[in-house]
Amino acid sequence: MEQKIRVVIAKPGLDGHDRGAKVIARALRDAGMEVIYTGLRQTPEQIVGAALQEDADVIGLSILSGAHMHICPRVADLLKEKGLDDVMVVIGGIIPDLDVPKLNAMGIHGIFIPGTPMQQIVDYIRGHVRTRAAG
Amino acid sequence: MKSVLNGTETGKQRWEREVLEPALKKAPERTGPFTTISARPIDRLYTPDDVAGLEYAKDQGNPGEFPYVRGIHPSGYRGKLWTMRQFAGYGTPEETNQRYKDLIAAGGTGLSVAFDLPTLMGRDPDHELSLGEVGKCGVSIVSLADMERLFDGISLADITTSMTINSPAPMIFAMYLVVAEKQGADWSTISGTIQNDILKEFIAQKEYIFPPRPSMRLITDIFSFCAERVPKWNTISVSGYHIREAGSTSLQELAFTLRDGLEYVQYGVDAGLAVDDFVPRISFFFNSHSDFFEEIAKFRAARKLWAEAMVERFGAKNPRSWQLRFHTQTAGVSLTAQQPYNNVVRTALQALAAVLGGTNSLHTNSLDEALALPTKETATLALRTQQIIAHESGVINTVDPLGGSYFVEALTREMEEGTKKYWETIDGMGGMVEAIELGYPQKEIAESSYQFQRAVESREKTIVGVNEYVQKDDPPLQILYIDDTAAETQLSRLADLKRTRDNDRVARSLDALRTAARGKDNTMVPLLECVRAYATVGEMCDALRDVWGEWEETPII
Repeated sequence: MEQKIRVVIAKPGLDGHDRGAKVIARALRDAGMEVIYTGLRQTPEQIVGAALQEDADVIGLSILSGAHMHICPRVADLLKEKGLDDVMVVIGGIIPDLDVPKLNAMGIHGIFIPGTPMQQIVDYIRGHVRTRAAG
Repeated sequence: MKSVLNGTETGKQRWEREVLEPALKKAPERTGPFTTISARPIDRLYTPDDVAGLEYAKDQGNPGEFPYVRGIHPSGYRGKLWTMRQFAGYGTPEETNQRYKDLIAAGGTGLSVAFDLPTLMGRDPDHELSLGEVGKCGVSIVSLADMERLFDGISLADITTSMTINSPAPMIFAMYLVVAEKQGADWSTISGTIQNDILKEFIAQKEYIFPPRPSMRLITDIFSFCAERVPKWNTISVSGYHIREAGSTSLQELAFTLRDGLEYVQYGVDAGLAVDDFVPRISFFFNSHSDFFEEIAKFRAARKLWAEAMVERFGAKNPRSWQLRFHTQTAGVSLTAQQPYNNVVRTALQALAAVLGGTNSLHTNSLDEALALPTKETATLALRTQQIIAHESGVINTVDPLGGSYFVEALTREMEEGTKKYWETIDGMGGMVEAIELGYPQKEIAESSYQFQRAVESREKTIVGVNEYVQKDDPPLQILYIDDTAAETQLSRLADLKRTRDNDRVARSLDALRTAARGKDNTMVPLLECVRAYATVGEMCDALRDVWGEWEETPII
């Protein structure tokens, strides 16, 4: 039996606008994934901790406040430190074009701005997530 | 068809049978669904049958008369236009001060302060969660010194200022009062608004710090402080805006917001205040979304519901307690990152709905706000949108121009009836604080926002440029990019402040604040002393965290 894709959806930073995070969490769950929503105001340490504890395949970050260029590198570094390099990070929110190449350089390629269809995010995750040994 | 009079066929039924049905046989309607953006079904035609039973004097009234459906001012916008109040703030206090001076020079008639997330959450720039957030979504205000910079060269005696601040509202308000005092302005004459609406934070925007009950106490402390000392200040702006942005329907926005308002009045009364002493200073803040008529009906129904509730629930005698005054902001969530120039049109329509609904002040969003904070140019265009409605469209020549429209009146009544149903449910839970503790409004909103997203995905709802009329390669927009220099400035200023101020005085003032929080004394009094001692927003909030702890929600997906 194929194992469900496990996704940690997180809201880092101080922002409380969680509509996007919750809608995506529900859409991924409806698409058959196992979704863990961390709730608000998580530090990068807490998010990576949750990914480790939950054996997540994917971390979905929702950031609208403009803090992504501080939060993403920290999350990427912590994943490397913990040997979780194969956990895919995707990000949704208000991300200026200017920052996209820098995020790509950190290994973050799934970047979804407002208006992205939920199905596109589901397909992206399915298409790019690590392949797991059948368990 | 709602009413069949005495068993006889109504005019609308006759028309449907004789005129409509044959026409539909020849040329059927498009598939629809013909629903509002909130999924409310709309009939193809409204006639006198749909407003049967409405009594003009009792159910609508002329403008300036109870129940104020047609507006609170007898002369509408012929006397005074709405206040064009553009929300702005970013970076350091000096940068925002310059933006305010630009907006005043461009004809803006009121200021509206956007604070950054650390300020909104009562954290100083050196807190770990402030990483990357300082000066990004608004201006960074750490201590009184920043507030002095923010209003440098702007006379607080001559302008009204709205401040979007909630959990730390008492601290920021105290700073404003001290700046006013230093400028020589009289507290008894200055005016402005603090948002100070914590209930919608628990429900929707989630910028809460303390648990609901001590948060409500801070608010009633402000009610009583202002009733005595700052009588023209609007002590709260009960906000549906954020509830709507979080994904509620138009009806949920109306029902939850007004029910929040009733909760504040009840807590004020329970704290020993007389209704007519503080209710006249309660104002409201609504969203104007894309469904034109549903929004207009919402605004009209809001006035009636509030007026009637003030009389029926609280026995208010002063007409000013009955009159619901509100600010409106066009719907940020409706703006698209794709084909951003389309947002100018969306915003203009939403602004027009707010004006036709009788808003008392208005913020129009800028076209680039799905991408970033607005540039000076796009912020000016947003203000120009209001000026064109005010001076070119002619809609201001008569009061409530849509009053008497069968459709608008029928929809206004539907909004009113729907709101009362929600109120019954919330009253049944014991009130809004209890409903929030049960997660009720949060669940309702999460469900609506998911259903809306599904309607967009299935293309049941069209969003131009997003799920229809899509084009590749939008030309890139020049956006405002906020770098980290503001954060560096604010961090070094904070370090300097802690070196140069009288730290013993700060510690004493914070102790007095803790003591007041533990007891029953009005917290505004020790807060003013903390502010004068240059205590930081983070320090003042931490002092209250020591006493009350922090609220943590159970997330509802």
